[in-house]
Amino acid sequence: MSPEVKPDFLISPEGLRIDGRRPDEMRPIELKVGVLKQADGSASIRQGKTYIIAGVYGPRELHPRHLTLNDRAYLRVVYRMATFSVPDRKRPAPSRREREISMVIANSLKPALFLEEFPKSVVDVFIQVIQADGGTRCAAINAASLALADAGIPMRGLIPSVAVGKADGKLLVDLGDEEDKYGQGDVPMAIIPQTEEITLLQQDGSFTKEELVEAMRMGINSCKYLHELQKEALKRTYVRKPGDEGDEGYEDDLETDLGEAELMEDE
Amino acid sequence: MAVYFQKREVVVPGQLLAEGRYRSSFGTYDDEGKIFSSLVGLAELRGNTVKVVALEGSYIPKEGDLVIATINIVAGNNWKVNIGGPYGASLHANNALRRPYSDDISEYMDIGDVISAEIIAFDRNSGPFLGMKGRGLTVLTDGMVLEVSPAKIPRIIGRSGSMINMINDHLKIDTIVGQNGRIWIRAPSTEILRLAIKAFRTIETQAHTSRLTDRISSMLVEELEKIKGSVETKEEVQETAELPETEPESEPELDTEAEPVPAPESKTDSKEKPEPETPPEKKDTTVEVEAKKDEEKEEPTEEVSKNES
Repeated sequence: MSPEVKPDFLISPEGLRIDGRRPDEMRPIELKVGVLKQADGSASIRQGKTYIIAGVYGPRELHPRHLTLNDRAYLRVVYRMATFSVPDRKRPAPSRREREISMVIANSLKPALFLEEFPKSVVDVFIQVIQADGGTRCAAINAASLALADAGIPMRGLIPSVAVGKADGKLLVDLGDEEDKYGQGDVPMAIIPQTEEITLLQQDGSFTKEELVEAMRMGINSCKYLHELQKEALKRTYVRKPGDEGDEGYEDDLETDLGEAELMEDE
Repeated sequence: MAVYFQKREVVVPGQLLAEGRYRSSFGTYDDEGKIFSSLVGLAELRGNTVKVVALEGSYIPKEGDLVIATINIVAGNNWKVNIGGPYGASLHANNALRRPYSDDISEYMDIGDVISAEIIAFDRNSGPFLGMKGRGLTVLTDGMVLEVSPAKIPRIIGRSGSMINMINDHLKIDTIVGQNGRIWIRAPSTEILRLAIKAFRTIETQAHTSRLTDRISSMLVEELEKIKGSVETKEEVQETAELPETEPESEPELDTEAEPVPAPESKTDSKEKPEPETPPEKKDTTVEVEAKKDEEKEEPTEEVSKNES
């Protein structure tokens, strides 16, 4: 690996970024659901060169027992980077940074989950960064949210997440590695799209008030775009292939119980 | 007042399903009069109730569910039992045995035994409690246990048992379908057993496609023909394959949401099984059966423990 050199500029004279993107343009994103066989739910994300796999297990019995919460499930997120995920070998021991990001991801997913439906149990989310190229915590949230949906954990909605940053004095969406390293700061954020509630907002570097407000507006827009991609990825996995259906015939309905539904007609 | 989905459309969490005077039920949540999906699943409208049929998910016990369970621990007058999913269940001797029973309840059921039981109580504060008082709730001593996704169980049972009855009729097998995603199968021959497993696996992967019962039915007929053809060349297999079996009408007819109809298990040779309700005075038979059980039991036990790992 040749030593990294600081690029001469992050924004070209034409106003484009080093990888040729416009300031409000995201990297190409590829989302896949159900990539792991053993996990209850799983998803992978490729965002530029960043590649992350998330696996979800549970709700299942919680060990060690003393972590048990009596009114809801415990959400245990483990974010880990592979030794080969960065230019220098990452030391395999869990680092302080990994612990912190695990906590940050758990906190940004928690508001969307109906964990109170599974008291005393645990939902495990394992996130493995295969290749890191900036924006891993946001990409990890995107993937983890899909994996949780794939595992059948009830939730308010999918959580899209993106980082907005500043380089050469311009606000940029979805920072790449160099922009992150040599730029003047970044603001990772995650939202619940239906309500635009913000579940994650961090800041590194300095922003003026106007810049921050503008960065958040750009972030919300990009999150909404990401949310569409997430929905599309989920549906792609579950919608039956065209061809093996006669849409009319549901003679063998899997639903037998009409419950009170029909009695409540004029309520 | 508006509904924003087609019948049986695949919906994702956070998708707006309906607005106005609709009631939210399983798989949905209500936010100021708007109903959103909280799961990946198939949206359904029944009357004015919106629900989402889950496509994935682990087993959450419900009172009245029939489950297939493995005994983990014998603790005093309780058995601690694995029913899959996040919650371990317990089965009190009073709910399984007829009194008086011996102090050492491991005489009746011991670690590793596979049982069919009913959830008699479960709420947020007290973990699931099982009962074995219903008809057909016993220790399972032969056959095998197949694990499928618990979310697919309604499909395997079909509308008022249509799917499972069809499979039982075609293959002449005995089955107990537990709501916890475990299916007990007793088949007359290995070929038939494999075919049954194949059928259940097919249902599991194609659960949300239509006309599934018809397709499974024709698949079974076809495969049965093949088996018959091959058996004609090997006579000795034929004998076992055509062992007289029970009438399929007595099969468990389990409903997804139906009341606790504990599987009316077909009465084949169940007198031989160690009924947990065996009163102690009949101990000699129990002991005898115990020995027998040890040989026969191997298959279900192995299967279940494999799945735990």
